[in-house]
Order: sequence, then structure tokens, then C-alpha cells
Amino acid sequence: MEQYIGKKVFNGVAIGPIKFYSKEQGQIVRKHVDDVNAELARYEEAKAKAVEQLGELYEKAVQEVGEVHAQIFEVHSMLLEDEDYNDSISNMITTQEINAEYAVAMTGDHFAEMFANMEDEYFQARSADIKDISDRVVSILTGKGNSDDLGEEPVIVVAEDLAPSETVKMDKTKLLAFVTKLGSTNSHTAILARTMGIPALIGIEIQKEWDGKFAIVDGKEGILYVDPDETTIMEYRKLKKEEEERNQLYQTLKGKETVTRSGQKVHLYANIGNATDLAMVLMNDAEGIGLFRSEFLYLESRDYPTEEEQFQVYKRVAETMAGKKVIIRTLDIGADKQVDYFDLDQEDNPALGLRAIRICLSRPEVFKTQLRALFRASAFGNIAIMYPMITSLEEVRQIKEISSTIKKELKEAGIPIGEVEEGIMIETPAAAIISDLLAKEVDFFSIGTNDLTQYTLAIDRQNSKLEPFYNAHHEALLRLIRMVAKNAQEAGIWTGICGELGADMELTETFVEMGIAELSVSPGYILPIRKIIRELK
Amino acid sequence: MVAFHYTITDEVGIHARPAGILVQEAKKHPATITLKTAKGSADARKLLAIMSLGVKQGDEVTVEVSGENEEATAQVIEEFFKTNL
Repeated sequence: MEQYIGKKVFNGVAIGPIKFYSKEQGQIVRKHVDDVNAELARYEEAKAKAVEQLGELYEKAVQEVGEVHAQIFEVHSMLLEDEDYNDSISNMITTQEINAEYAVAMTGDHFAEMFANMEDEYFQARSADIKDISDRVVSILTGKGNSDDLGEEPVIVVAEDLAPSETVKMDKTKLLAFVTKLGSTNSHTAILARTMGIPALIGIEIQKEWDGKFAIVDGKEGILYVDPDETTIMEYRKLKKEEEERNQLYQTLKGKETVTRSGQKVHLYANIGNATDLAMVLMNDAEGIGLFRSEFLYLESRDYPTEEEQFQVYKRVAETMAGKKVIIRTLDIGADKQVDYFDLDQEDNPALGLRAIRICLSRPEVFKTQLRALFRASAFGNIAIMYPMITSLEEVRQIKEISSTIKKELKEAGIPIGEVEEGIMIETPAAAIISDLLAKEVDFFSIGTNDLTQYTLAIDRQNSKLEPFYNAHHEALLRLIRMVAKNAQEAGIWTGICGELGADMELTETFVEMGIAELSVSPGYILPIRKIIRELK
Repeated sequence: MVAFHYTITDEVGIHARPAGILVQEAKKHPATITLKTAKGSADARKLLAIMSLGVKQGDEVTVEVSGENEEATAQVIEEFFKTNL
């Protein structure tokens, strides 16, 4: 048995024989041509055929992976029509009097190399797209196709690299997993593998000799086993069976209500840190977004993000969620999240320092820009706003004064705004203890259990030496949560939990019993927790 | 010539798909449309040239439109940037 470690693309286990996939293109030979115009016509004809094939692939991909991921083939058609690409090919054919295959291959290499040398990972990955379209035209010109046929048995495809078009062309019922040497986790092929739910590994030194050998792909741990022994096979067969049963069960829970047997409804929302996480939110059937961490806008920027930049992002999220609730937390930097251009002082004790709402209230211009963007975006969906790190009634009153000024300004300027719920995070013991007073001022509470735990137990989660003293289910913490939920209920507002504890399945029942109305968790936990809640009495 | 500035808000920058739609849009107008960034410039009719600028989120792009109907064309293109990028 041999083991190889690769980069993980998609979780899951695959067991089966290896099929070594190679592009049977052979060497492209440079040849002299006498009739340059005939060669140009040959190229045009091959290009037209390639565009036609891409149209068919697009249709196939729409069926299998959906419109968004199929768009890559539309882009491929556009690349084939690019002026610089075509000029380069026709120039080479005309001035050097050479065959179209060679001109296409050389041009393809040239542009692929240009992308490969770019700084940004996204643009580097486009190198594979240029190669893919050039290979397609060359295949048509030479009349040699790739070996797309995977055979009768389902196989683990092992290849040097896979182009998106190759991935889509393969028969999914015969495809167990991908293992490639090249490619990035950001490539279209990787994205397609994730969307189709196919286990995949990249960055493995593949060997041609593996063809036909038995193997196991462990997409979760990133391990490829070639010629596994009987015990390993048995172990993975069991894992795979469990995984399949679990997935099937979870799939049946999509579109179902999150409600206990006695009829108590819980809103199951997702936590996200970036607009790119939206796909995961929708795929896991979240009922809304319970924590949208707006600080990525500040962390990924070199200067304060403008109102317009923020508005566009919030608007897109609100529109994508199509009327489902999107709770956006205002700027939460400081402590472990530092941004250079804020020019904050070094602090001895950053967790207890100038962070989150404290920054916002000391720099109202930064806060106002964000609030204006949020209220403007609220006209495009169901946005709620929550304010982090609250410790006092005065802070909440100050925030409300600023927010009502902004709403007034926008209304006077004739800018439409939606109905916006405004709530606060309960993540300091102070806020939990005065939650009866705070409840009268806001529309909802969301308990941030990570900070609430750290402040209540006086334990720094980053310090591994404190592990023996740490108890995630400490009675003090649970009492605080219960108290917050009770005070909220008495004031007629709802309480959610958006910290890590919200996804702690040992506590789901306790939270439901406390009357927690919303749990916001990482997208992958939505369906497992829905299962638990639906089984509660 | 008419010009406008725009800061990219899309999180992957001017990626393949919007660049492709921009090219299709640019081809509808007779005026010359040029994208300028700190790294260089590209004709808006050329997909690979636009992508080779590697424009990322937060980068500022200057778009110059000159020729027939330049005012109206600039407005259409500016609208395109606001909606898609």
C-alpha cells in the first residue's frame, strides 16, 4: 500500500480503480504551407466548429452544474473570438507560412504563459482556460480527439491536469473522483468538482503505472491510497456508507421547516465572512444570514471602503437572499483583527481595548458611512443591522441617535430605505446582566458566545495552556444565556445565537428549551442541526 | 474625449465573465473605448488585453471614450461598470 498527500478540493471518500487520463495530442509539428489563404480558411473553419462545441458543452453544463458554473464555456467562446488571439494566429500563418495547428499552439502557449505570470491567483488560474481553448482548436485541426471515454466501470480519474471542458464532458455516473498533479483549488475544475460533489485532490505526483490499480481517495484528509490493504478498504467502505447515508438524509431535509415535534419554530441562519460564501449558504438551504461579518470589506481594502463600494456588496447579498433575512454586523475590528489605515495604537490588552462599536463611536464618520450604505441597501431586500461589543445603555442610545439621523437624511434626500430591524450583540457579561434594560431599546439580541465565553471565564482562547481550565458548557455561561433569552421574551423581542456555541449539537436542545428563536451557524451545520431540531419533542 | 474614473468593487476584480460582456458592449459602439490602470491600458474590444491588466477589487480604472457619440457611450459604459463591476 502506498500513500500520497495532496491538497483537498472536496470532502468525501471514493473507492475504485484508477484510470490514467492523458491528452493524446502528440507533438505538434511546425510545417511549411504554400497556400496561406487556404490555411487561414482551415483555421476559421476549426474555430467555428470549436465555438459550436462550446455551445453544446454550455448546454450540458447548465443541466449538470447550473448556469453560474456553465458560464465558463461562454467565456471560452468569447476568448476564441478575441482580436489579439486571432491576430496572433493569422499573423503567424501569413508571415511565417506555417500550419494552423502550430500557430494556434504557439499563440495559446504565449497567452497561457502571460496569465501564469500574473500576481493574482484568479488570473493565474485563467492560464488553464487559454490552454483549454487552444487544445480544442488543435484537436479539431488534427482530427485527434481526447480519450473522453471512461469505460464501463466507475473510475478514479488520475491526470496531469484537467481542463474544465474535460471535467464536464466526463460521464458523471462513471466518475468517482479526480486526482491531478497540477491545478489550483481556485481553478474552475476544482470549483466544478465541489459543485458536483465529487471528491478531488490536487498536487499529487501522479504515475502512469497506476492505471488500472485499485485506490482510495480520502478527500477529507487529503490522502490517496494506491493498492490499499484489505483492512484499509474495509475501513473506508464503512466510512463511505455512513457518509452516503448521512448525505441522503441531509438532502431530504432541504426545503423542510426547522421545527420541533411540538411545533416550536427555530430560524436556522448561516454565518458568512464574505459575499463569496453565498453559494454555500444557498446550497445548504439556510433560511437567512444571521451574521454577515462586514469587516472583510475593511480588511481586504487598502483604505476606508467608500459608501458606494459597501452599498454594492450589501445590495448584492440582500438581492441574492431574495427577501430572506440578512443580519449585517457593523464593523468589528480591533483585538485580533487589525487594519493598518485605521492607525490604531498598540494596546497591552487588545481584547479589552478600542474595538468594534468603541471605534465606531469614537470615529462617527466611519460609522456613518457604513450605516448610510446599509440603509440604502435595505431597499433591495430584508436587511437587519446588529451592533457588536455593547456594554451600556448609553452606547445603545448614542447608536440609535446616529442611526435615526441617517434614516432622516436619506428620507429627506428621497432615497428609499426598507424596514430595518436594529439589534445588538450580547457578548459582554455587562450586556447580559443588563439585558432587561437593553431589551427595551432594540429589536433583537444576538448572543456572540465566543467573546461572551472569553470575558465571562476570563480565558484567552488563543492560549493553548489554558485548555485545562476551559469549559465551553460552563454553568455561568449557560445561566447568562438563559437570562438574556428570558429578558428578551419579557420585553417581546427575539434572541439568536451566532457564536460557535450555536453549532454545538449537545446544546441544541437546551437552546430550544430556553426559547432561542434563531441559531446562526457555518453553512455546513445547517442541515445537521435542522435534523436535530426536527427530532426534538 | 470623455473620461470617467471607477473603483472596482467586485471581489475578484475584472474577471473573465464581466470582461466578456464588456467586450460585447464595447463592440456595439463606434467610439474608441480605452481602459487605463496603473499597470497599462487596454482597448475595451479586446478580452485578453483587458484580463491581462489584472484589475483587482479596489483598483481604480480610468475609462476614456473618444469618437462618434462619445458622451452617450461614456454614460452607457459607466452604467455597465456600476452594475457589473
